[in-house]
Amino acid sequence: MKFTLKIWRQTGPDAQGELVTYPIEDVTDDMSFLEMLDVLNEQLIGRGDEPVAFDSDCREGICGMCGLMISGEAHGPEVTTTCQLHMRSFTDGDTITVEPWRAEAFPIVRDLVVDRSAFDRIIEAGGFISVNTGAAPEAHSVPVPKANADRAFEAAKCIGCGACVAACPNASAMLFMGAKVTHLGETPQGQPERDSRVVSMVNQADFEGFGGCTNIGECSSACPKEIPLDVISTLNADFRSSRKSQR
Amino acid sequence: MTSLVDGLYRKGEPIRDTKAPDVDITKMWTQAKFDNRLVNPANRRKLSVIIVGTGLAGGAAAATLGEAGYNVKTFCYQDSPRRAHSIAAQGGINAAKNYNDDGDSTYRLFYDTVKGGDYRSRETNVYRLAEVSTNIIDQCVAQGVPFARDYGGLLDNRSFGGVQVARTFYAAGQTGQQLLIGAYQAMERQVAAGSVQSFTRHEMLEVIVVDGKARGIIARDMVTGEVETHLADAVVLASGGYGNVFFLSTNAMGSNVTATWRAHRKGALFGNPCYTQIHPTCIPVSGDHQSKLTLMSESLRNDGRIWVPKNREDCDKDPRDIAEEDRDYYLERIYPAFGNLVPRDIASRQAKNVCDEGRGVGPLVGDFRRGVYLDFSSALARMSEEQVSEKYGNLFDMYERITGESPYKVPMRIYPAVHYTMGGLWVDYDLETTIPGLFAAGEANFSDHGANRLGASSLMQCLADGYFVLPNTIRQYLADGPFEPVAEDAPEVIEAQQSVQQRIDTLLSINGERTVDSFHKELGHVMWEYCGMERSEEGLRKAIGLIRGLREEFWRNVRVLGAADTLNQSLEKAGRVADFLELGELMCIDALHRRESCGGHFRAESQTEDGEALRHDDEFAYVAAWGFGGDEDTGALVPTLHKEDLTYKFIELKQRSYK
Repeated sequence: MKFTLKIWRQTGPDAQGELVTYPIEDVTDDMSFLEMLDVLNEQLIGRGDEPVAFDSDCREGICGMCGLMISGEAHGPEVTTTCQLHMRSFTDGDTITVEPWRAEAFPIVRDLVVDRSAFDRIIEAGGFISVNTGAAPEAHSVPVPKANADRAFEAAKCIGCGACVAACPNASAMLFMGAKVTHLGETPQGQPERDSRVVSMVNQADFEGFGGCTNIGECSSACPKEIPLDVISTLNADFRSSRKSQR
Repeated sequence: MTSLVDGLYRKGEPIRDTKAPDVDITKMWTQAKFDNRLVNPANRRKLSVIIVGTGLAGGAAAATLGEAGYNVKTFCYQDSPRRAHSIAAQGGINAAKNYNDDGDSTYRLFYDTVKGGDYRSRETNVYRLAEVSTNIIDQCVAQGVPFARDYGGLLDNRSFGGVQVARTFYAAGQTGQQLLIGAYQAMERQVAAGSVQSFTRHEMLEVIVVDGKARGIIARDMVTGEVETHLADAVVLASGGYGNVFFLSTNAMGSNVTATWRAHRKGALFGNPCYTQIHPTCIPVSGDHQSKLTLMSESLRNDGRIWVPKNREDCDKDPRDIAEEDRDYYLERIYPAFGNLVPRDIASRQAKNVCDEGRGVGPLVGDFRRGVYLDFSSALARMSEEQVSEKYGNLFDMYERITGESPYKVPMRIYPAVHYTMGGLWVDYDLETTIPGLFAAGEANFSDHGANRLGASSLMQCLADGYFVLPNTIRQYLADGPFEPVAEDAPEVIEAQQSVQQRIDTLLSINGERTVDSFHKELGHVMWEYCGMERSEEGLRKAIGLIRGLREEFWRNVRVLGAADTLNQSLEKAGRVADFLELGELMCIDALHRRESCGGHFRAESQTEDGEALRHDDEFAYVAAWGFGGDEDTGALVPTLHKEDLTYKFIELKQRSYK
């Protein structure tokens, strides 16, 4: 297969970026999208051009490190991570635009690499249960109804890749936050900090420059782990009830 | 100086652990926790610890030491601690909770782990692992880890990897992810509290050793390129395994050996480097450009039947057109008692054997077909598609996404792949390396898995080390503090900085013809061919020669573009591959000197009459702990072998059999 790639090149956070066109040949349909970029980079190095910088690590769809806007869609045309997107999803001869995640709260580091540390700071603000090591009660001392455990797990599948933010016209982080408050809020252990958690996380997200939710739903559609949209309802409900309890 | 053995290495003094208390094994850990001195809370604030790696072991240790009040700095090469490769573990985590009253106990978990490791792990450390396993589950549940539960709200268990009790706790096929998120959140809580400082996109490139003690690290900020000095009172390496020496493996792309290799070069002994686990059920290589291999859960072997064509001529046929009598269900044929459920090392080696005979299936990669069928057609005849889907649906979907083929219609193709490394830095009972003040935890140390790792035991070891073991053993070391501060311009610091800087400058100035990846792939090919599932004297000697030649060419002919003061992924890779090129040689030397078959390490010269692995306990019941050494003239590695004799007081050594 042959493709025309238009790739965002930017040498540093403050540098001017631009789309650069690279033709590529001999692509096979069993290559992942990132392996196709590996091949391009080997060719670039061969002719003395600096390779395209992009993030990836586990390459099996679970670490959340990779993430590209591919022809305007977060992680490309399939519901999966970029590392699990294969070239058979494209048509021979396609022109493919490759850009970094687009959000002010995710500044560009270089080429296709962005800084997602804002997500860590949101977790730092309250996305945890306070329990010191060694202070835990016997695991069976608190049963968790299966329905709650399953719902907590469904939300906990979030890999923190940032596709939800990149796909959202408002660059909102509410699906990411909703997943976390739902995960921890569904367990008895998460109840004591439920109110303070949601307020701190939302405040931090505002501070980082993420936008608000206007119910477009692109976040959930783009989510490679199919986190359901209703975690945002849980986030909103928790936020409302936390304000009531503070009155 | 003693003379060279086999022209390759020197004999050194024996080594042994002196830290485990001399009491009954069941009382040992309690005694150690009591014997290890305390550090009062006010003094903890004056002490600092550096932790390299933020996976299950590093993240858990950072959270726990932060809570205790020490000043902790963590370092990871990823953009967030949450991305450490622990996140990819699928199956589950073992613990001797005996919730099912099926006869499990601390002693049984201990016994299973020592036996599973083919009697090449250290009894005292493994007993402690089994002992603290139950605390891990309590801790994780309290953090909100969503383990699978039954309808009564209690935790569900399954059995795993040939063990006869159900002791594996799990969260679907994403147990590693859920446990890591728990540790990460606990660590981020300490970041908010100010006791942990997290440095992301940082790579440790050197250990600073002052007066014989580890006192800090040199790290490169991978965004700005700045070479930074970080000083502390103790250093913990929790930087994972080195399976990427094979290029293709189930490891994350960035997983590397640099942290432990740099420590090894500074004096830390490296234990059992040749012990690699080959996992039998991975998706095979599909082409020359593949960057990684994906594991398919071992549980598939419960219902899938493994076969290859009897005749080579049939290998390129559609498997559905091959008649039943022309199929060789080789595991069922050779091991009628265990069939498709033989342990990982045996299933892997037989798959390699049939492919080496030319009966492999799937695409030609090079001149070889490297794949065997894992066929669900008889399961689909026995069960409905819905039932099969309920059991394995997510795995079938994953397989289809990667290969483009539906396992409901055509048999899956699988092949063994490098998965986990049991070797690592040699540590004593306190997880301390041979450099005082330098500790190693999780996959980065060698101690608990012997020559093979059982399923669901890696997560257990990482969290045991991180949450419970290391925070209690490091006290003994830190109680000697407060330590004399090290000056930023101390000669040892300057020397470490300069060696890092010089290495970076050299890599950028060679400007040769070959890319870093091309060297890595060639090294991986040599390692897989000669130091993979099956090893022989002749092959290993050949590999050592090839690696030496490749290393010489690397430093003459590698091409690394770009600058040092910016994000430069080729430069990062070049440094790691340079270390893999040295480690690879040590792995081959270790494999060569161990003339026995053990765990995943099958020595062609050491097999029973019917081709099974043959251990030699009389000669090799020891840990091979290697000291770094090199020949300046030839560039060859000349390591020194220190043996730690393994004494089994509580478990009797037996030969394994699965027929």
